[in-house]
Amino acid sequence: MEFFADLTLLIDSTFRTATPLVLAGLAGLVAERSGIVDIGLEGKMLAAAFAAAAAAAVSGNPWVGMVAGVLASMFLALIHGYVSIAQRGNQIVSGMAINIAVAGLAPTLANFWFHQGGQTPLLGDEARFSAITLPFAERLSDVPVLGQLYTEIISGHNLVTYLTVLIIPAVAWMVYRTSFGLRLRAVGENPEAVDTAGISVTKLRYQAVLIGGLLCGLSGVVLSTGMGAAFIRDMSAGKGYLALAAMIFGRWKPVPTLLACLLFGFVDALQGRLQGENLPLIGEIPVQFTIMLPYVLTVIILAGFAGKMDAPKASGIPYEKDH
Amino acid sequence: MDQPFAIETRGLSKHFGDVRANDELSLIIPKGTVHGIVGENGAGKSTLLKMLFGFYRPDGGDILVRGEVVRFQNPMEAMGKGIGMVHQHFMLVEPFTILENIILGSEGGADLNAAKAKAREDLKELEEKFGFDLPFDEPVERLSVGVRQRAEILKALYRGAETLILDEPTAVLTPQETEQLFGLVRQLKAQGKTVLFVTHKLNEIMAVTDDVTVMRAGKVVAVRKTNETSAAELAELMVGAKVAREAARAETGEHKVRLSLNGVYASGDRGHTALTDISLEVHDGEVLGVAGVAGNGQTELLEVITGLRRLARGRIWYDGAVIADEKTTTDPITLRRMGVAHVAEDRLKTGVVESMSARENAILGYQREADFSRRGLLKLKEIAKRAAGYFESQDVRPRNPNLPISSFSGGNQQKLVIAREISRAPQLMIIGQPTRGVDIGAVTKIHDQITELRNAGKAILVVSADLDELLAISDRIAVMCEGEIVGTLKVEDSDEQTLGLMMAGEKRNAG
Repeated sequence: MEFFADLTLLIDSTFRTATPLVLAGLAGLVAERSGIVDIGLEGKMLAAAFAAAAAAAVSGNPWVGMVAGVLASMFLALIHGYVSIAQRGNQIVSGMAINIAVAGLAPTLANFWFHQGGQTPLLGDEARFSAITLPFAERLSDVPVLGQLYTEIISGHNLVTYLTVLIIPAVAWMVYRTSFGLRLRAVGENPEAVDTAGISVTKLRYQAVLIGGLLCGLSGVVLSTGMGAAFIRDMSAGKGYLALAAMIFGRWKPVPTLLACLLFGFVDALQGRLQGENLPLIGEIPVQFTIMLPYVLTVIILAGFAGKMDAPKASGIPYEKDH
Repeated sequence: MDQPFAIETRGLSKHFGDVRANDELSLIIPKGTVHGIVGENGAGKSTLLKMLFGFYRPDGGDILVRGEVVRFQNPMEAMGKGIGMVHQHFMLVEPFTILENIILGSEGGADLNAAKAKAREDLKELEEKFGFDLPFDEPVERLSVGVRQRAEILKALYRGAETLILDEPTAVLTPQETEQLFGLVRQLKAQGKTVLFVTHKLNEIMAVTDDVTVMRAGKVVAVRKTNETSAAELAELMVGAKVAREAARAETGEHKVRLSLNGVYASGDRGHTALTDISLEVHDGEVLGVAGVAGNGQTELLEVITGLRRLARGRIWYDGAVIADEKTTTDPITLRRMGVAHVAEDRLKTGVVESMSARENAILGYQREADFSRRGLLKLKEIAKRAAGYFESQDVRPRNPNLPISSFSGGNQQKLVIAREISRAPQLMIIGQPTRGVDIGAVTKIHDQITELRNAGKAILVVSADLDELLAISDRIAVMCEGEIVGTLKVEDSDEQTLGLMMAGEKRNAG
């Protein structure tokens, strides 16, 4: 019975930790499907986390925070788009520049505005997206198995996590079932074909990076106002890169990307669970090693399983008409 | 009301810098005909097509579609006027199905499934009318080139094309697929469509067109009714009669065989058979010219000899030793050490490194030699001295070896490359397009150098698209067509007309 309780806790926390990964992974997917490499997920996520926490702290309203976070991320996406699309710059350099700039800028601004050593003030429950107890969760908690699953796993997440559950099919639907999705997938494969079909490559790619910015913004929002209750320096902690890795592992497809994110989320939850735990035979694993787990897994997965084969062919290549 | 011309151009011009890619082109394409446009690479065919399809805007002149002057800003507008184009490199999204490719950009509504269902319905009529039978739900990447091409044609028709431009449509097709394409072109014509068939293959022009326009150096040089002309006449018109200059050739007598190819087969980049049963010999003290319309295997021939492409079958001997067969290739460095120099056909791609200085390019490929490096460190002074020497002896301008090679004109780049390759006193010199993109003054100099090498008893193989050049510097000329050598003539027995016929595929052997 203790094992069962452990497992429910683990799954519950998998969903929680996977939420920002899924959002950022889908953001990367939309951008890369259009041919724009989005290594700046990390920076956009962190910027959104900061903007959301700051705005929520000032206004006392999580929705204001969400809008601020999403706008901050979309603004950075626009810069990345301008560099990559209009100026045909190097997309990796542009993305990394965003990551580095935000890593420095966010704590500096936080310090300047709030004087709390680079953090934002702790948010009260009314200023953040706190856990929502779904209807009947209390009453059903006594029902064995199904009721417990409902109470422990399905119920008790923050609003953005539930939103994400809706966003996943929405993105998949957009990519595969709409004309926009057809064009999006086409422009990442063969922009010339899109151009000769009379569609603006530039416009399409801007739309894609902005959608990516929106989704990535939500991932930052959930970090600082859903899972956490303030912005903390470097709180994205590589999740943007992890999401990118999950997207590659997921072969630029929504559902496999989701599964990869859940796997990463699970490993992350597992490492939290293993901290300070005395395992049979092995003994206690130093916390430094358990924290490494998701990243080690990333390296193994990307080195071993992820082929370059399925990448959108025009990904990372600026589109230039030959004259 | 009923305008007889599908497309007309009047004094159409397009320049790129100083290059007149299209110079005052006037042509008339009557409705319901198949009109051929022939010309060598660089004759300006692509530029013309891109203007007709709205990719480029003309610098001067007019395009008229059905009698109406048009100013296309983009391909969409050209399509709106009923012009469809099948590009040489297909504009298809490979993981998409044919159906998805056809509707891309004209889905008509946000719901993709509805758009597909509607398109499927609309396509039925076109399919019947033109006799298409395409697997709509197969991803393009799994289909043969011929099927992809038909999908492209159907895509254009679906968008309402009345005039179809086919750019080098047979470049990648097998002979059977080519026949099928010809059938489709005739079907299109029978249904009242106009087809612009652009190619450099003369037998195709003869097979499928009603009229033909010949382009050379950006100009229209002739318009003919296809049934009133011949492949030979067209070849001559295409290549042009430039002033030939006879270089002073000394008698070198009979010499030993330096290079020989025996039954060589090789595949091209697209997996097609590029070389078929090539056998040839180059002797010391001889220039063997290789003629042919571009794209008939000459590039692959250069590559197999210089160790850049594997043989599928056959053997290559150099100085009595096998340097390549189906199992082995000798890499370029080793070949260089053995005395084979190579002036690459595509100078910018394989001859020089564009972003590097002229000085560095002057020793490129030989940088490991003792003259230029010691224990992995470059001897910069030596290199500078060598480069300066080349600049002086070859009269390379501007006289500044520190400039990037890309800031020199084609002629000056080529002079430097030739100086570099000659400097190692090669026994065998392989030269691709010695004077492509080179100004007239430099042409003479380069020809003289090749002749000098020959007189000094070296073996030289020159591939050129320029017949006059080959007639001026070669001892013998081998003619390639569709990957085969159709014949080899002594230069005394060659003239443009004979070579032109052979380039069009007529076999002949007299030497």
